[in-house]
Amino acid sequence: MNMPPTEELLHAYVDNALTDEERREVERWLAQDAEAAQRVRAYLEQNIALHSLFDPVLAEPHALNVATPRRAANASRWFALAATLILGIGIGFAWRGWQAGPSGPVTIAREAALAHVAYVPEVRHPVEVTAAEEKHLVAWLSKRLDAPLRAPSLVSHGYQLLGGRLLPPTSRRDPAPLALLMYENAQGKRLSLLVKREANNAETSFRFSEDQGARVFYWIDGPFGYALAGDIDRDELQKIARGVYQQLNP
Amino acid sequence: MAEAFGAAELEAVVPRLRRYARALTGTREAADDLTQDALERAWQKRALWQPGTDLRAWMFTIMHNVFVTGTRKGRPTVSLDDLAVEDNRPAAGTSVETGIVLGELARSLEMLPGEQREVLLLVGLEQFSYAEASEMLGVPIGTVMSRLSRARERLRLLLEAGGVGSERPAALRRVK
Repeated sequence: MNMPPTEELLHAYVDNALTDEERREVERWLAQDAEAAQRVRAYLEQNIALHSLFDPVLAEPHALNVATPRRAANASRWFALAATLILGIGIGFAWRGWQAGPSGPVTIAREAALAHVAYVPEVRHPVEVTAAEEKHLVAWLSKRLDAPLRAPSLVSHGYQLLGGRLLPPTSRRDPAPLALLMYENAQGKRLSLLVKREANNAETSFRFSEDQGARVFYWIDGPFGYALAGDIDRDELQKIARGVYQQLNP
Repeated sequence: MAEAFGAAELEAVVPRLRRYARALTGTREAADDLTQDALERAWQKRALWQPGTDLRAWMFTIMHNVFVTGTRKGRPTVSLDDLAVEDNRPAAGTSVETGIVLGELARSLEMLPGEQREVLLLVGLEQFSYAEASEMLGVPIGTVMSRLSRARERLRLLLEAGGVGSERPAALRRVK
């Protein structure tokens, strides 16, 4: 090499971004330029020392909320928990301190939206018990909710039952667990139906809310509150919600 | 929605985000603020992520944007005064291979302008290519190279001077 390597070439050498031929050329040059060689050695040592200094951070435990839609305290706790569940570390721990907002239908709509956003993107573990064990699923959830539950069929709308999971209660004042059923269509779109024991046995009309990017139709019907969540067209979602309601009230 | 990333994929990126944030900000607290804000922004914008592309590179881009616009706690970067009193930097010691005193490296790093520190860390610590760094920072490759060159040379001189004691402003020497 007749010309000294450019500054850029020296850095690319340090960063291992050269072809073999370029690297040999730079090395030939460095063999006869002590000043450049010393600088290059210093830069290489910087990289090594940066790793010595900061690599320990990689192994540190952290307390960050990984999947948090917004800073609202309730939401972040929910998602901290969801992340924990997904990692399989445990259930229901962070949950206990959570104070629910207003109870009743508004709460179930929010719970449904949060659950939907948390579990629907899960490819491998969207549900705890799959639809292959539907009988067991329904019996298990009924037992845990302490009331006979049914998993409505959405086949006529193009959605198959994927399965379900149990969610921990959302507040101390409202200690009943929640059941989440998930459905999927041929395109991979998912809907989730949240079912919750309602203490006051009321009956409400259909209501609609949009939260966390999920649309939710929710209603209370006797001992249960229901919330159907999805990110599909509102009219379509409402049609399916009506279908659910009719199946549960033949 | 099915093709978007989930919390598990994001969690897998967190250790490297935290390492970078720690190196960038100097303290654990500021680093976790930065990482948390970046995670929240990523989650809000996850529909914008192109499936099949590198989630880690995308996250670092978001973290860069949060870093330059400031975390929500309202600190654009950590001031040197904060660092002086918070003194909870990574463990001190000496890099066996290089003889560099790690505490001096940490202090010298803080003396670099933020934009030089970013490039130095993205390339030297996180081992992104120049092209990736250029994309993340939204600057031409030539700018990446010149920042990298200045950062490394400045750091070399700082370390050769035996740490930055002589360069630290008087305000930093005060004793608690």
